[in-house]
Amino acid sequence: MSQKPPACNDFQLGAKKALDNKRLQAQLARTLKEGFQYKRRKGMSRLPEYDALRDRARDIKNHTLDHLDAYLERFEDEVTKAGGHVHWAETPAQARDIILDICINVDAKTVSKGKSMISEEIALNDHLAANGIQPIETDLGEYIIQLRDEPPSHIIAPAFHISKEQVADTFREHHTHLKAERDLSAPTDLLNEARGELRQKFLNADVGITGANILIAETGTALIVTNEGNGDLTQSLPPVHIAVTSIEKVVPTLEDATTLLRLLARTATGQEMTVYTTFFTGAKRIDELDGPREFHIVLLDNKRSNMLGGPFHDVLRCIRCGACMNHCPVYASVSGHAYGWVYPGPIGSVLNPQLLGIEQAHVLPNASTLCGRCEEVCPVHIPLPDLLRTWRKRAFEAGKIGGLHRLGLNLWAWLAHRPLAYRLVTRFKLRLLRLLAGKRGRFRWFIGAGGWTKTRDLPAPQAANKHGGTFMDRYKRGER
Amino acid sequence: MNDSRTRIMGRLKAALDQRHNPTVRFSGADQRMKSLPAGLIPKRGQAEGPARIAMFVDEAERAETRVVRLGGMAQVPAAAAKICQEAGSGSLKIAPHPDLQGLDWSAQDVAFGIGAGDDLVGLSRAYAGVAETGTLVLRSGADSPTTLNFLPDVHVVVILAEEIKANYEDVWAMLRAAAPDLGPMLPRTINWITGPSRTADIEQTILLGAHGPRKLMILLIDETA
Repeated sequence: MSQKPPACNDFQLGAKKALDNKRLQAQLARTLKEGFQYKRRKGMSRLPEYDALRDRARDIKNHTLDHLDAYLERFEDEVTKAGGHVHWAETPAQARDIILDICINVDAKTVSKGKSMISEEIALNDHLAANGIQPIETDLGEYIIQLRDEPPSHIIAPAFHISKEQVADTFREHHTHLKAERDLSAPTDLLNEARGELRQKFLNADVGITGANILIAETGTALIVTNEGNGDLTQSLPPVHIAVTSIEKVVPTLEDATTLLRLLARTATGQEMTVYTTFFTGAKRIDELDGPREFHIVLLDNKRSNMLGGPFHDVLRCIRCGACMNHCPVYASVSGHAYGWVYPGPIGSVLNPQLLGIEQAHVLPNASTLCGRCEEVCPVHIPLPDLLRTWRKRAFEAGKIGGLHRLGLNLWAWLAHRPLAYRLVTRFKLRLLRLLAGKRGRFRWFIGAGGWTKTRDLPAPQAANKHGGTFMDRYKRGER
Repeated sequence: MNDSRTRIMGRLKAALDQRHNPTVRFSGADQRMKSLPAGLIPKRGQAEGPARIAMFVDEAERAETRVVRLGGMAQVPAAAAKICQEAGSGSLKIAPHPDLQGLDWSAQDVAFGIGAGDDLVGLSRAYAGVAETGTLVLRSGADSPTTLNFLPDVHVVVILAEEIKANYEDVWAMLRAAAPDLGPMLPRTINWITGPSRTADIEQTILLGAHGPRKLMILLIDETA
């Protein structure tokens, strides 16, 4: 994918586009409600210890973050002992250059890639391609969006927004060496074609690049989870394997990683366990018949160290399961592209302002109703609504909230500090609205409420008789 | 690059020193990696005896794995021959594991070695099984090439009933006990495999056989059965 500049602040534009797209709306309903949400509930119901495991997972991550430098040091030692190389990258640019250097050193022409959000975060593919190295995404969803030159719309289902007919068109456009009249009507036809196309590319790749879901300090091990087996082929076939990940992914022990794994797939897709969980430690051993002779791991910071101990500390617990976006009513209406950068949904609205700067993403924290479902389903109890509120406050303080908005808030604050005036004004407003609404008691159209009245009437408040009135009227009557 | 490390570590230290002093912090981390506190093992992960085997089979089948029970290792070649026939494969690629090399393969076309892009059927030897989720554990080594777990269309794995553990933690304990005195504790690769390869990337329809095996078969050797 050629990465476009962040467009988080164009959220409203993207949201409108998504809301007007009927096909996308149907895909969203099917994927989220009937798909991920239902599957997670079913998965949870098979494990009575699910909630207790969430508490454990939170505690493990908290403990690790409190000792992060110690665990990273141990991780580095163990990787080195196992014949691997650890690289530290402060910025996306450094991470890209480290990876490019490794590829150039082995004279790489093509690189096979397992799915990695950090690779998206650092816009790795563009950098490799610009330097004459062809990156090939191998996760089916990532492969489809790479061909279509689109960003992922979900962190674990990157192409869910694309229909099978669109996939067929894309394959016809790109796999031109295959017969034009072939049948691509069924999803299995598409899968088999992609499998055929990618098989040789796996075998020919000079370097394999994957992410890492979890790092284990005790043994210097990294792990990936995949259902397709693509990440696993990427890490075992090419002579060089590079794993690119971020510093907060480390946990102390194999047992700790196991606790997280009991939650990850179940929360994400409702599976008992992802089909393939692959743990890798260092380079190919002397007596082994396969595996990469060179192993590198790139540890990206990209402002995470600044979050440690600060107001956004809790975000560092995230295991990227996608549950927050799967259950978010806003994400479920606008899908991932509206968020304008790598991480969509509630986690993106908290993370993107941190990674890109508030200037570039101050709109996102407002793309939420603060309904709290994201926190409710988070396997590591990240208080996402609180963090969104913190960003809103910061955006306001940074002057990012526009004039009219600010004026309204100031006016309201002025009134709210003066109870008598507040009561007078609300009573007046109520009467006025009653009057304007006439006998119907409803508005077909109302200034500033076009979004509401497009599909339904806006009810006027009840008159100040024995049933209605302002809050204070009713409070005085003893309604409580 | 080393400067990056220094700067990242410096920032972590600055933030963490406000919570604990570094000596306490480093010894706390060390202590945890020595004492290895047990995780919360679900009740489902504590089955014993025949119930454990039954759970392994049940969970494996739930993940679309096919389980064939055999009375002894000697029956493996015939079972493998049948699978090859079903898959329309004239040959079988086998992991060079002594248990498998020691069997009588004279009746079929077999080769021992790593996985190749055109292998139709591959046969491996499991290190352990996890009853909790019907998961196979394979570890890389001279006798167990990782590529054989992913390249064949049909992946067949031999496991003994007594190798099936109740939970993942018991398998870590086995690996800890088997760790060499020198060098890394774990082999280069450990694969947990729970069912055949699949994808839901086309309209969220689950399809088997994405890039890895289209079929996963377990030959469960239970001499008491």
